[in-house]
Amino acid sequence: MTEIASLAAHHILLSAAALGLALLIALPLGLAAVRRPTLAGVVLGVAGAIQTIPGLALLALFYPLLLMVGHGVPALGFLPAWLALTLYALLPILRNVVAGIRGLDPAAIEAADGIGMTAMQRLRLVEAPLAAPVVMAGIRTATVWTIGAATLATTVGAASLGNLIFAGLQTEDWGQVLKGCLASAALALAADGLLALVERGLARRERWSLWLGAAGVAIGLLAACAPLAGGGQKTVVVGAKNFSEQYILARLIGDRLEKAGYTVSYREGLGSAVALRALRQGDIDVYVDYSGTIWADSMHRDKPAPRAETLAGIADFLKPAALVGPLGFENAYALAMKKGRGIGNLQALAASAPSLRLGTDLEFLSRPEWRAVQSAYGLHFAAQRAYSPTFMYRALESGQADVISAFSSDGRIAADDLAVLADPKHALPGYDAILLVSPAHAHDARFLAAVKPLVGAIPVAAMRQANYMVDRDSGKVPPDRAAQWLAAHLAKKPGSK
Amino acid sequence: MEDSGPEVRFEQVTKRFGGLAVDHVDCTVAAGSFVALVGGSGAGKSTLLRMVNRLVEPDEGRITIGGRDVGEGPAPLLRRRIGYVFQSIGLMPHMDVAENIALPARVAGGVAPDVADLLAMVELPADYAVRRPDALSGGERQRVGVARALATGAKLMLLDEPFGALDPVTRDAIGRRYRDLHDRLGLTSIMVTHDMAEALLLADRVLVMAKGRIVADATPAEMLSGKAGPEADALVAVPARQAQAIEALRG
Repeated sequence: MTEIASLAAHHILLSAAALGLALLIALPLGLAAVRRPTLAGVVLGVAGAIQTIPGLALLALFYPLLLMVGHGVPALGFLPAWLALTLYALLPILRNVVAGIRGLDPAAIEAADGIGMTAMQRLRLVEAPLAAPVVMAGIRTATVWTIGAATLATTVGAASLGNLIFAGLQTEDWGQVLKGCLASAALALAADGLLALVERGLARRERWSLWLGAAGVAIGLLAACAPLAGGGQKTVVVGAKNFSEQYILARLIGDRLEKAGYTVSYREGLGSAVALRALRQGDIDVYVDYSGTIWADSMHRDKPAPRAETLAGIADFLKPAALVGPLGFENAYALAMKKGRGIGNLQALAASAPSLRLGTDLEFLSRPEWRAVQSAYGLHFAAQRAYSPTFMYRALESGQADVISAFSSDGRIAADDLAVLADPKHALPGYDAILLVSPAHAHDARFLAAVKPLVGAIPVAAMRQANYMVDRDSGKVPPDRAAQWLAAHLAKKPGSK
Repeated sequence: MEDSGPEVRFEQVTKRFGGLAVDHVDCTVAAGSFVALVGGSGAGKSTLLRMVNRLVEPDEGRITIGGRDVGEGPAPLLRRRIGYVFQSIGLMPHMDVAENIALPARVAGGVAPDVADLLAMVELPADYAVRRPDALSGGERQRVGVARALATGAKLMLLDEPFGALDPVTRDAIGRRYRDLHDRLGLTSIMVTHDMAEALLLADRVLVMAKGRIVADATPAEMLSGKAGPEADALVAVPARQAQAIEALRG
């Protein structure tokens, strides 16, 4: 409940900030366009074109745009969400300003001129009050759109009720998705209702309904500010990429930081490249990545290196951000089989491969890991076929495939009681889960003390079990519960590194 | 009683909207006079009137009010010295009657007018002050329109088909009432109308316009006696014939 309240507060403030900026832009621009048909055509055309861009794409576009701006301007979080939602809110306001003033009774305008009003007087005394109900209707439309679209802000790392929806979607927790949807719909309805009161007050010149609506909006905004003002302590941000293990680890880290007295917020569902960049920019303070991912994708190394060399290289590469240490498990590509086939490692597999069928996920056969393992062991299967992950496990179960590509920390390995084949030649690169912290906390003793006990403390079996708790089809639990379970099952003695 | 309204002089005033709407008009409206501008649709009478308070800017020539060129200074300041009454009235729907009447003074930053007195002038009860325009009849609304035009004490009144949308009885009553006010307050009034009977009954002098030019300029008496030329005669003929027909019906 407290989490949903905090997300709703962020959602409200983000939407209000976007609407506020949109009003600041659209009101003067709309007024300027009223008597300039060419400008009106251009402005409404551009705003209309923006509206045709899907909301998600518009948000996504601001990430590279802000990266290009550089100079320490954050490319993630509030700023891109704010700007994208502002653009989204422009059209209905602009359109109604232009329509509202163009639609005024020409007699009132002629009288205003005939009386000797200046253009400003006419705007203040005649056009603004008479067009206000129409403009207000546009603001209402913009408000409902913005509150709806603000759920997408989660994808660029701004907190909103979309956090519930996207996290629920990743972990297939439909209750949470529904909660996020209902909460944002309720917010939109409430805002629309209050603004409808204001609109009615303007149209019928009923002061009470005008003030009631305005007071309701003000109270809502103040209430949304309250959670942010409370505490006064700087919030630390825990990041997560977009799969279950990441959600669980983020909660595990966040819980520890909260116990250490920090106020914690989460940026979940980040893209892989986005997460590391966000850490280095300080948009997130801590998250878990994988050594192989950084080695290959960020450092562009094409050959795997021994584990110690890889970790040292990454630590050096990350500076001034810091690598705190490996958590103790890998989430690497591996080949897995049903137990009891008498094959323990890839060397043994190579001998039997010509009579076996390989099932993989959709990208494995085109990845460097496959080429590396194929050439190192001389693997040649009787058949190979790509499946979507769920069907890949089913194929193994039903005997359509004998060997599958798997992620070593996947919960289904434990659940289906599979054997992960050893890689004695180290052909597959290491994908150690590694704990990373932002430059600001790289030498922050208190912060490091809170997270360091996780280093070497998560055995792969525990991680698999926690992942399975979230991923399984029935009896699944939310990531924060799985994180609590994991916290209780950490390795008693921290590992060597 | 008070000093009279100003003289208005047109010198070679010309306006083109595509073609010539007003074609080199020269004319003087004497101080304190009531002049009617009549003519068919598109004759240029409204355009000529609206150039006096610069709702339309002339292409050529100049207009002076009391010897002062209307083109001097900003148009809003000029308009605040001139009363303007027009057919669609243009009362502000979001203001009550008192606020509407006080609006010109508010715009000009002047002292608030005596609304009760102005309502009395246009023969409306004082309690109308708190009504909204949409609670008034058409005739009542135009009475408020006249009160608004008089509210700043302007001595020059421009009336553009002021009573054209009203029923004949109301129209006659307001017209006569306005003429009384014109005399009592010593105004200069220029009224555009397409109704020759109204022009003949209210004005001191009638200007007939056709194709942007003044084609006749005479007193009502001269108009009726056929001394004002063929265009004037054609316009006068209609109400004259109607009056005769009505007289004949009476037997």
